Amino acid sequence: MIKAILIFNNHGKPRLSKFYEHYSEDTEQQIIRETFHLVSKRDENVCNFLEGGILIGGSDNKLIYRHYATLYFVFCVDSSESELGILDLIQVFVETLDKCFENVCELDLIFHVDKVHNILGEMVMGGMVLETNMNEIITQVDSQNKMEKSEYPVTAQGFIPRASCSKLAGLMLKEPLLSVSYVWPSVIPVTFEQLSSHIYIN
Amino acid sequence: MALKIVKGSIDRMFDKNLQDLVRGIRNHKEDEAKYISTCIDEIKSELKQDNIAVKANAVCKLTYLQMLGYDVSWAAFNIVEVMSSSKFTFKRIGYLAASQCFHEGTDVIMLTTNQIRKDLSSPNQYDTGVALTGLSCFVTPDLARDLANDIMTLMSHTKPYIRKKAVLIMYKVFLKYPESLRPAFPRLKEKLEDPDPGVQSAAVNVICELARRNPKNYLSLAPLFFKLMTSSTNNWVLIKIIKLFGALTPLEPRLGKKLIEPLTNLIHSTSAMSLLYECVNTVIAVLISLSSGMPNHSASIQLCVQKLRILIEDSDQNLKYLGLLAMSKILKTHPKSVQSHKDLILQCLDDKDESIRLRALDLLYGMVSKKNLMEIVKKLMLHVDKAEGTTYRDELLTKIIDICSQSNYQYITNFEWYISILVELTRLEGTRHGHLIASQMLDVAIRVKAIRGFAVAQMATLLDNAHLLTGNTQRNGICEVLYAAAWICGEFSEHLEDPKQTLEAMLRPKVATLPGHIQAVYVQNAAKLFATVLRNQEGAPEAAQETSQLMIERLPLFVQSANLEVQERASCILQLVKYIQKLQQKDVEVAEEVTALFAGELNPVAPKAQKKVPIPDGLDLDAWINEPPSESESEDEKPKAVFAREEPKHTRTRHTEVDEKELAKRREARKQEQANNPFYIKASPSSQKVYQDAPGVEHIPVVQIDLSVPLKVPGLPLSDQYVKMEEERRQKDNDKKKKEKKRKRDKRGRGKHADSGPESEEDITPAQQVDIMTEEMPENALPSDDDDKDPNDPHKALDIDLDKPLADSEQLVARTHRSAEVLKSPGGDGDGETITPEPKKKTRKDKKEKKKVKDKERTRSAEDKKNKKKHKHDPEEEEAKIEEAITLVNAEEAQPAAAADLDFWLTTDAAPSSAQEAVAATIPEVPIEAEPSEVKEAEPEEMKSKHKKKKPKKEKEEMEREKKKKKKRHHHHRSDREETESVQNGTMEEEEEEPLPPMSNYCLLAENDYIKMVYDIQGNLQDGSQVVVSIIFQNKSSSVLKSMEFNVLDSLNSKLERPEGATPHDALTVPFQLPPDVSNEARFVFAVQSIVMPQKLKGTLTFIVKSDDSATHEKLDFKLHFTCTSYLITTPCYSDAYAKLLESGDLKSSSLKLEGVTMPFHHSLARICFHHHFSVVERVDSCASMYSRSIQGHHVCLLVKTADETVSIDAKCDELMLLENVLDEIKQTFSQS
Repeated sequence: MIKAILIFNNHGKPRLSKFYEHYSEDTEQQIIRETFHLVSKRDENVCNFLEGGILIGGSDNKLIYRHYATLYFVFCVDSSESELGILDLIQVFVETLDKCFENVCELDLIFHVDKVHNILGEMVMGGMVLETNMNEIITQVDSQNKMEKSEYPVTAQGFIPRASCSKLAGLMLKEPLLSVSYVWPSVIPVTFEQLSSHIYIN
Repeated sequence: MALKIVKGSIDRMFDKNLQDLVRGIRNHKEDEAKYISTCIDEIKSELKQDNIAVKANAVCKLTYLQMLGYDVSWAAFNIVEVMSSSKFTFKRIGYLAASQCFHEGTDVIMLTTNQIRKDLSSPNQYDTGVALTGLSCFVTPDLARDLANDIMTLMSHTKPYIRKKAVLIMYKVFLKYPESLRPAFPRLKEKLEDPDPGVQSAAVNVICELARRNPKNYLSLAPLFFKLMTSSTNNWVLIKIIKLFGALTPLEPRLGKKLIEPLTNLIHSTSAMSLLYECVNTVIAVLISLSSGMPNHSASIQLCVQKLRILIEDSDQNLKYLGLLAMSKILKTHPKSVQSHKDLILQCLDDKDESIRLRALDLLYGMVSKKNLMEIVKKLMLHVDKAEGTTYRDELLTKIIDICSQSNYQYITNFEWYISILVELTRLEGTRHGHLIASQMLDVAIRVKAIRGFAVAQMATLLDNAHLLTGNTQRNGICEVLYAAAWICGEFSEHLEDPKQTLEAMLRPKVATLPGHIQAVYVQNAAKLFATVLRNQEGAPEAAQETSQLMIERLPLFVQSANLEVQERASCILQLVKYIQKLQQKDVEVAEEVTALFAGELNPVAPKAQKKVPIPDGLDLDAWINEPPSESESEDEKPKAVFAREEPKHTRTRHTEVDEKELAKRREARKQEQANNPFYIKASPSSQKVYQDAPGVEHIPVVQIDLSVPLKVPGLPLSDQYVKMEEERRQKDNDKKKKEKKRKRDKRGRGKHADSGPESEEDITPAQQVDIMTEEMPENALPSDDDDKDPNDPHKALDIDLDKPLADSEQLVARTHRSAEVLKSPGGDGDGETITPEPKKKTRKDKKEKKKVKDKERTRSAEDKKNKKKHKHDPEEEEAKIEEAITLVNAEEAQPAAAADLDFWLTTDAAPSSAQEAVAATIPEVPIEAEPSEVKEAEPEEMKSKHKKKKPKKEKEEMEREKKKKKKRHHHHRSDREETESVQNGTMEEEEEEPLPPMSNYCLLAENDYIKMVYDIQGNLQDGSQVVVSIIFQNKSSSVLKSMEFNVLDSLNSKLERPEGATPHDALTVPFQLPPDVSNEARFVFAVQSIVMPQKLKGTLTFIVKSDDSATHEKLDFKLHFTCTSYLITTPCYSDAYAKLLESGDLKSSSLKLEGVTMPFHHSLARICFHHHFSVVERVDSCASMYSRSIQGHHVCLLVKTADETVSIDAKCDELMLLENVLDEIKQTFSQS
């Protein structure tokens, strides 16, 4: 089970928080702060796992995170999840964001946290992994957006002009770990479209 | 309408939207809180408006503010409003907000039940999806109970998108409403083989999550998962399954044996690190569960260790970390294989990554041996010095202590070394683990008698040394060691060289800055020391008086202590000393008496000893000894046990409460034991003198080391000397041994083996003869395993036996609409032997509906093909039908049967290969262009044939024994699947609820361009005068069908049950609408009087076809055919009861002959079972007896025989007319084929 998903930036500002167990707002903020404190003091080239689930639940829990440009993506999971699988899931998540926002950067997450939630909702549901196939996720997100557009053309224009975020590095520019995929390894970095044909043979 | 939208969007242009809010907050960095509070005011006014768009916008902003930590629960009702908007855009906003801030305590949640139900059944899959996603976050027990049935229905939705969400959310429903697990489980299991990989993966996810908490209930699924594991190519699914197997293997070692081979193959073949890692993990779990008895598992261990080494050596820190993590699991059972990689692990201690260092530390714990303990600990001590962060340093400290103290100090060869390590550790400032060091000191000093002299000397130096007293003692945890030091010096004061000096050290004024509980120990032990000093000063009255004077001078400081314990002890002792002083002044020898105060030996008692004392028979601890006082007395402020650490004392006194006889016996036993123990000092009250020259003391090598020098300077690492000494000693020992060996070898000539080179474990002799006392345990102690399970764990409620057949009371409450209401909760019938088929039936019907509607044509063609080409698939089909037909499971038999299946599956040694073969067989058999349905059907067959093999045999034996008929026995080999199955079909056993029904009893009712109706009639077991007609309505058009009304022209004999107050001509409203291409099922109850004749009722369905621009009224006429078969209910019957029934002679008989029946006999039987609601009583070869019962209790018995394409049926029944009609219908069934 995934207990929580947190996204915050290099300064600890929350960009998205999703708790799959109930906590009061204060506790949530405290968890975010402490998680940031733990994660941010780690070097770039250390492992992406952190033990000590004092924050959420018992010692069964682990923090699994990835750092992209200005953002940390942190998943708090228990032992039923595969560590490497979650790392790949984070990668899928970020790549999906990248596709949906066209070269995603922190500003996209700042201004469209609702959209990020919608995308996440197609991947993880109630703390369990719902879908890992990026194409499938994007298809569902797109057709829901289409539906929204048909209902309310106004809301669909929410994207801010690209110019305003040109100064910020896109998250995927660094692509630090794209070539390291634990669930679907390959010699050459592959796109997930190619991978998906491997995933579902039946 | 359009105007309103325009108006709405104009309104919105003036409101801040989410982006404006975010921008605003970013622009008000200085006064963010103030800005947000104005925004919240705006939001509040927006929420008051009627326009839903404005409200939704406000809620959207609130969701953002919630993330920033603002409580938005006050807007819960508005969130519900937005959730119930008909527009998807707003609905989604509402559900998102709800999922972020609703929880079980949110009271408005109860208002949402109906809205959520509506959304779940919405024609728009995204409405449903959004509702499911939201619900997964805030489902409450009430919601789970009310919606379980709706969600269960969604598990069979046509869209995989909905199916997978519904499957996943079931886990949450189970958690909140455990009663739903059993009824929903069959369908969940079905989803493991869903054609959509996403749904399949979701089902695997849910079952893995369930099984992780209560693995034993899911063991019976192992064969299914095994098949998935060997056939799936989806790594995500594989990972989950393999993890699940890891949880299952400890329960069933045979499963492990089966797994090893496929897992090893995967390890070799996969390039996915995640999969490799999980495989290795599960192999390790298997190896742990197998502990021994597998000759070739060393190869598997080697493989694992080797793969893990590769991971650990990888430059990727993540792999390194996980490699170490898995390595530590191997270590527990196969330490030798890991120890050879010590170099690698020690290397990891230097890693810059703390997580990795901690993991390496864990590993070291298991890698120590007598040989390398000192070396490893030395290395760790270096790390302690280097460690900058206190957390890591504390971790090191606990690890060092763990490593040394593990398995009762097994690896410590030199306790002096260990004491000096502990003393060195006291130099750590600011550690939290002072008490840990202290308890180690106490433990070693108490239990290792030979070391007491040395320990006391060290402790005395510690007490004398001021360094522990400096600094803020209240916060400095390390001062805890003084607690131990004081106690050891006091208790074993006879070992002290200069007790007077220690006494003085203990009474220094600075001691008063220590925490109270330590001061108390100081005071008490000062008294003990005082006794020792007096004793030493016997014959020197001046010195003795001086000592008393010292006590009298210093103790008042403690008498003034704020700590009650300290004060009490101090004043008590002070008075005592004053009295002693008086006696001394009278020249009375007091030493003897004072010493007697503290005489006696303290034995260590196991920590759990008290808990394990068995309760004598007839003792009720909860019973009142005296009547409870009428008023509850205030029981405040029970003083905390101050001497928590001195529990042995307490326990000992409690022991004496055992009766005298017992006590005497024990005393005798102990004396006996002590007599045999050279190091045991007899604990008579005046034993102190004897103590001094007890044999154990000779072994204390105190003289050898100049102790005072290193410890006066606290910084000097003393333990290093021991390492060196130890090395020398071992070298010497070794040399000696070598010499001896050489001598021996010379005598014996050439030895076969070269000298073992580096010393082996056994060669190391401990430095001192050490006797580690075991902790005392009460006699007859119960070997309780102390369940530390959390009673509040929600998963506990899910510990439910899933193999047991469903009882009526367990089925989920159906969605309430008028027609269904009548047939809610059909209870079991009077016999108590049977259970109703309702829940299962329903599940299947839903499934059927889908199949039928969607794949009807396809299935048929596939069937034809199969009949021609692959004969093999036929039995499976029939089997499915039988499963359909026999929904009544004999409760007593089902469970052992399932267990037997698993047993069989597990015992077949060849299974791994056969499973692969099965997979291999399925793949080529299915042509690429084959229909998906065919693939689906082919697989379960392979499964089932494996599953069920055992039972037919058993069943058959039983039958033969009973009847003593001279039929020849069937021997079933694994290979002749065909035969096995046929017999099994004959015996009509059903334990697997794996309905993949390719055919159904539903037949066409009526059809036009818009709608198609199929129906099935079932008797109502509860009410002998009712039948239930289930009709599936399928919308064939591209418009929505609504306002469907169902009406039937009642006859004298049969009437449609209408709600109270309705006239016999009123139509019933069908409780749903049908969006395009959607089908749904409704049930109608009919009352019947006579059931001996078939009947037809005319009826009409009226409905409105609503398309974009128009709506038309349509109507469709139909004829409902009530066959006599539909009044029969499948009822199992035991053969003895059956024989009795036939003997009774009240039955009228009839017969029927069917010519030209080409199908196999078991197919014919299945056909009768399925279509005519019979069950097989028993079957012997080509002859079978069958039974059924009508809703009005008529018995119908058939004896079916076959010979040369002819099936003859002899039938008996109470009611001839009914019987003949049924036979007619059977005839018709066969003529149709």
